Amino acid sequence: MQWTELVVFSFLFLLVTVMGFFAARWQRGDTLDHLDEWGLGGRKFGSWITWFLVGGDLYTAYTFVAVPALVFGAGATGFFALPYTVILYPIVFLPLVRMWSVSRVHGYVTPADFVKGRYGSHWLALIIAITGIVATMPYIALQLVGLEAVLRSMGLNGSGILGHAPLFVAFVILALYTYQSGLRAPALIAFVKDILIYAVILVAVIYLPSKFGGWGEIFNDAQAKFDATPSKTDGILLTANNQLQYATLALGSALALFLYPHSLTGILASRGRNVIKRNMVALPAYSLLLGLLALLGYVAISAGTKPIVNQATGRPDTNTIVPELFGANFPSWFAGIAFAAIGIGALVPAAIMSIAAANLWTRNVYKEYIRKHATPAQEAKQAKLASLVVKFGAVAFIVFIDPQFSIDLQLIGGVMILQTLPSVAIALYTRWFHIWGLVAGWFAGMGYGMYLLYNIPSADGKRPHFAGSALALDKLSLFGWHPFSGSATQIYVGAVAVVLNLLVAVVVTLIAKRTHVFNGTDQTDPSDYHVDEDSDRVKPVAAPH
Amino acid sequence: MDRTRSLRWSNWNVLLLVPLLMLITPWFNFDQPRLFGLPFFYWYQFVFVPVGVLCVGLVYVKTKDEPAVKGKPDKLGVDDLDEGAK
Repeated sequence: MQWTELVVFSFLFLLVTVMGFFAARWQRGDTLDHLDEWGLGGRKFGSWITWFLVGGDLYTAYTFVAVPALVFGAGATGFFALPYTVILYPIVFLPLVRMWSVSRVHGYVTPADFVKGRYGSHWLALIIAITGIVATMPYIALQLVGLEAVLRSMGLNGSGILGHAPLFVAFVILALYTYQSGLRAPALIAFVKDILIYAVILVAVIYLPSKFGGWGEIFNDAQAKFDATPSKTDGILLTANNQLQYATLALGSALALFLYPHSLTGILASRGRNVIKRNMVALPAYSLLLGLLALLGYVAISAGTKPIVNQATGRPDTNTIVPELFGANFPSWFAGIAFAAIGIGALVPAAIMSIAAANLWTRNVYKEYIRKHATPAQEAKQAKLASLVVKFGAVAFIVFIDPQFSIDLQLIGGVMILQTLPSVAIALYTRWFHIWGLVAGWFAGMGYGMYLLYNIPSADGKRPHFAGSALALDKLSLFGWHPFSGSATQIYVGAVAVVLNLLVAVVVTLIAKRTHVFNGTDQTDPSDYHVDEDSDRVKPVAAPH
Repeated sequence: MDRTRSLRWSNWNVLLLVPLLMLITPWFNFDQPRLFGLPFFYWYQFVFVPVGVLCVGLVYVKTKDEPAVKGKPDKLGVDDLDEGAK
């Protein structure tokens, strides 16, 4: 047991707990019994709060432990996280402000709300909502993986169900203050999380390389390690076969990120269009941090860091690489701060994700199918309960099922959420696609994506299914036809699936238009997409209906 | 009723495509020249962080003052205002 670390960690954890409960009163509106307040913090966050909130939401604890772990294990391919988070902002800059405006005019809380308004189809909205919930759930579970990596590094590495007890306690606390304070809790805690993360990473990337002979030496060590392995895809540079995978994974991930309901929650909670635009300029500060952090995977190679064995599964957990590196090379008080940064870093996104999933459930399933005339207060109550269910579902996932399963599911989740691109992102610009085209495209992209993922074995051949998202073009088959037979070039499955999705959507749209099938009613007006905070067309926050 | 245009375009928006150039991996998949010991592959991509910020920042600043309804500022009819109030 590492007592100094544990004491520092506990102190900071206690601090954010108090803040989480206090947050209910912070910038309080008239009532918390409305989704605008509980689920979107009153739709009034300014540039600074939004920066901390969205940054704390997108750059999760799992990212902070998994990306360096990937670089540690495979080298250059793990660095895709940097291009991913750099091209992200220019891509979403324009669509996000449109989404904010139309949501502000009509009071939309979720992406599925928008789809329903745009196409007048609650079935299409239901598909989008379910995709969002299913894709978000394993993402929440992964935050627990990040948190647990830290807890186990501090010596809380028990075996069996009891080994998960510290994790369980941390999550009960999180669940309680999220229940009470809603989105304001992660918004307030995000300040602590991000400041700690910045401090830790900056110290780490300045201090650690010098300790191991500088970057030149570190990269030479890494190259020597990768040369010694039998795998042909690792190395400090990309190979001829994984460059396409690198680029398509970065692009696909960037397109997918703001389709996740939790990313959109932070955007819809902001005050106005300029807040979002300023954030698109300022958020890459986190990308820089993530890139530097990724390089710590190489530092861990030079330092000879060994992943610790998870007593619950009996396997070495590479996600403990960064905590172990910090633990071995920093004084214990600073390692405690670093662990707290990662641990609290898990709480912020977990809270936002559970709120986003709860919003989807409440707005697009509960209110649509179970209780059509629910009042805003009943909606808020339902969402609070749903957020509890979602969080304990995630804990159960980690405790009773192999964590590896969450990692696989998260991979699948990325491919899944990408299939909502035509219905959510493209619909912001044009209503050219027909409802049936969108539905057919979704089924095609989803089915094909799952089929391709199912057939990807791990590199060491130990696991036959769902072992990665890199597909060799040779294996790409359409009803038995192999268009790229013999090619070892790899591509991101999500990119293949979304292309098929779009093709099917176009064909079915053309047929549906030719046969004059009814295409739903559009509630939105073209001018809705440009409305700003000072307009008298915005819907009042927490309006009765 | 005549509708305001659904899309607003500024030529500055083209700048948003520039960061996508970092997806062309054959341009930078090299070890040399190194900078502070970092292979070219890594520091080249780090350079794109400020490039991305600059591009998005320029688009933000240059398109900030565009009126919501371009070219016909005061023609918002009473009906439109009523629609917003409902």
